[in-house]
Amino acid sequence: MFDTLIAGLLRGNVYALGAVGISLVFGVMNVVNFAQFSFFGLGAMLAWFFVAQIGLPFWLALILVVVICSALGLVINIAVVRPLASFLPLAAMLSTYAVSQILDNVSQIAFTAQFRVFPKVLPTSDFQVGNMRFGTSDLVMLGFTAATMVVMALFLKYGKIGRAIRATAQDQEAALQMGIPVALVQHVAFVIASALGGVAGVFIALYVGIANPTSGMNVGMTSFVAATLGGLGSLVGAVIGGFVLGILEAFGIHFFGDSAREIVVFVVLIAVLILRPGGLLGRVPLISTEPLTGTFLGKGRPLRIPAWVWLIAAVIGGVVVPLFGGDYLLMTGTQVLIYAIIAAGFTVTAGQAGVLALGQAGPIALGAYASALLTLHLPFSFWTAVPTAGLVAAVIASVLAAPIWGVKGHYISIATLGVGTVIVAIIRLVEPQGIYGIPGPQWGGVSLSTPVGFYLIDFVVLLITLGLMWRIRNSHLGRVISSVGSDEVAALASGVRVRDYKALAFAISAFFAGIGGALLAHQYTYIDPTIFTMLMSLLVVTIVIMGGVSLPHGAVVGALVLIGAMELLRFTPELRIIVYGLVLIGVVRFRPGGVLVRNS
Amino acid sequence: MSAHLLDVVGLERHFDGLKAVDGISFSVAPGEVVSIIGPNGSGKTTTLNLVTGTIPAHGGTITLDGVRIDHADTARIAEQGVARTFQNGRVFATLSVADNIDVGLHSTLHASRPFRRLSGVFLLRWIPLLAELFIAVVGTPASRREQRRIEEVVETEIHRFEARLRPRRDDPAYSLSYANRRRTEIARALALQPKLLVLDEPTAGMNQTETAEVLSQLLELKAEGQTILLVEHKLDLVLTVSDRVIVMDGGRIIAQGSPEHVRRDPAVVEAYLGRRRGLGGEPE
Repeated sequence: MFDTLIAGLLRGNVYALGAVGISLVFGVMNVVNFAQFSFFGLGAMLAWFFVAQIGLPFWLALILVVVICSALGLVINIAVVRPLASFLPLAAMLSTYAVSQILDNVSQIAFTAQFRVFPKVLPTSDFQVGNMRFGTSDLVMLGFTAATMVVMALFLKYGKIGRAIRATAQDQEAALQMGIPVALVQHVAFVIASALGGVAGVFIALYVGIANPTSGMNVGMTSFVAATLGGLGSLVGAVIGGFVLGILEAFGIHFFGDSAREIVVFVVLIAVLILRPGGLLGRVPLISTEPLTGTFLGKGRPLRIPAWVWLIAAVIGGVVVPLFGGDYLLMTGTQVLIYAIIAAGFTVTAGQAGVLALGQAGPIALGAYASALLTLHLPFSFWTAVPTAGLVAAVIASVLAAPIWGVKGHYISIATLGVGTVIVAIIRLVEPQGIYGIPGPQWGGVSLSTPVGFYLIDFVVLLITLGLMWRIRNSHLGRVISSVGSDEVAALASGVRVRDYKALAFAISAFFAGIGGALLAHQYTYIDPTIFTMLMSLLVVTIVIMGGVSLPHGAVVGALVLIGAMELLRFTPELRIIVYGLVLIGVVRFRPGGVLVRNS
Repeated sequence: MSAHLLDVVGLERHFDGLKAVDGISFSVAPGEVVSIIGPNGSGKTTTLNLVTGTIPAHGGTITLDGVRIDHADTARIAEQGVARTFQNGRVFATLSVADNIDVGLHSTLHASRPFRRLSGVFLLRWIPLLAELFIAVVGTPASRREQRRIEEVVETEIHRFEARLRPRRDDPAYSLSYANRRRTEIARALALQPKLLVLDEPTAGMNQTETAEVLSQLLELKAEGQTILLVEHKLDLVLTVSDRVIVMDGGRIIAQGSPEHVRRDPAVVEAYLGRRRGLGGEPE
């Protein structure tokens, strides 16, 4: 029991360090900093390199990690995040995600993707109190965090820059007016966050005993949840959130096994957000004060696309490619089509209702599993299973998401992330092995499970999806959903039940995600839970943002760029992600509203 | 059964101990234009926010047309027939002017929103939503008729601000001037065909010409029999358009009555303008 508590404290320790950094940057920049996730992995790898490869003492390695991560954080903030933050909060968030992808992959190239054994630099069980064993290592980690928190608290309360940080967090405009060097404040916050991220990475490696360049994602995500749990922007909240999560997680694993970890984390998060929509210590203002909130929706007009462009696109996509394309092109094309279907259906949630749902992998997985199980175990054909899978995904995802629609602002994105993650975690719990031999489509006894067969089927499904999305968009209902994303307070005052329409938009998106998932399953003929990751969710988000967040046809362009063009780089997988990151940053920089949206 | 459209009794709201609205009572009769004036921080906007349900009250009752609305949510109050504008002009920035008005019609629709009675029922609210989705995708003859009616109302409301809004009909609202945003907001509120129109400083930030325009439009609405609850700082406008004026200070009502009565009330003169000026008069 006490061992579990100690384990929880140590995990919580790492999350608290990470969460403080995330909360700090969010406070002063209003940006969710995904780049920080990479610093966990990076810190761990650097420390491994210094200690195991070069043979430096641990304390020196720790200092070097802090210095390197700080410097890197500063460079990233100056070069990417701060310049982009002036466009849209969303753009900056996306750019931090791009940076994190680049960092992870550079680190993979440098250190290779292997799992490395982290040396035991400090004794791990040299103390015993009663029947509870712990080590110097544990004490050092907890002590370091405690010291850091005290120094941070004093710095924020009495330090000149610390006061400036608090002022900036409260009101950036006003701080700027009062002559506070906001740029400097943001640099400092970013540097502190990066350094803390690096240290947290070292500690997790020290605690687990293993280091890996991509290990940052899980720790990062949990730290992010911890920061949200405490109330984004509240440092005390971040520390409390970190320890609460760490301890709950440890007990969750103790009682239900490792697969329950994510379920525990996200169920707690969702419960807290429902009860306290601003997090444990955060406060949500009664009426949001910005008159033209529009959440993250940018200004800018969609480009008008002439009829001949549509026609040419349809001819190329529907005739030229299937007639002349080889199997490789057709299979890539099918991937593009499937993601275009998922993303086009997602525009109503992300673009119109203004809910940047981060967990679409959940409904995609539901659709894939539903269709697979229906065709394998029940007398369903491909043709009946796919639409049924869409319905199943929509119903289950909507029921699970039903409690979260009262959650406000950024928090709702996190809550949807929670719902998606919980869905995939439950699937993993119930069906951990994966499903083989999923049958393909047939028509009159002829198998259509060929590259061209899949391509044409998915092409037709995409056309139907686009048609439906346009129909909804141009109806009164579509305008009502858009009003919800544009200004919730005004929508309520116009008699629009905001929560209901968010739920409806999410259900529509989940339906198409389910269809897309089903199509994926039948094409792959094999599915397992590792396919439906956080990366898949983020890919869907980046596709819609790439094309213009509220435009269904923009999703097609986004899918072409992010799936199709990336496929061309397949021969060099590491570079692929780096190029992907750079493309994202480029789009954010030059077309913050999306490729098909003119700046205004 | 009272003859009043709106009855407010003992309304209270505090913010962390500060009594923003401290037990006020007033009423608005059908067809009446009632204005609330008072210095900044006297509780005017809070009163409007309470009446429209934008923030919840801590005490007192609000009755609209015989129905208690003090614990109803904002959307429900809007459905009961209360439409409002906001102090800082909240339009749907990404929607066009016409589409803003279209959304304003939402609570008046029936054929496009089948089973909408169920939208207040806990486990059944998904039924009207799916029905609405079905109508949006497929449609029925009745919903198509209603669609034509929507278009007519949109045109009527745009016509109300013909010279200003017609040329901007299909432009996204974020591209509008401040004054045009306020007009769009009023048009959107009127599309709801409200029993009570609540306006929060409709002329804030407007110049004299634009203010005069708002005044004539308010008079027009009044002539049409529209009941209006107005918060406004520009006294000439208030005194011209109002049937009754309520004066607030420190969260309480310090005077109410006809514009002439209020103008002469010494307590009002003191609270609102200081000793040496009369309301609406010239400075010495």
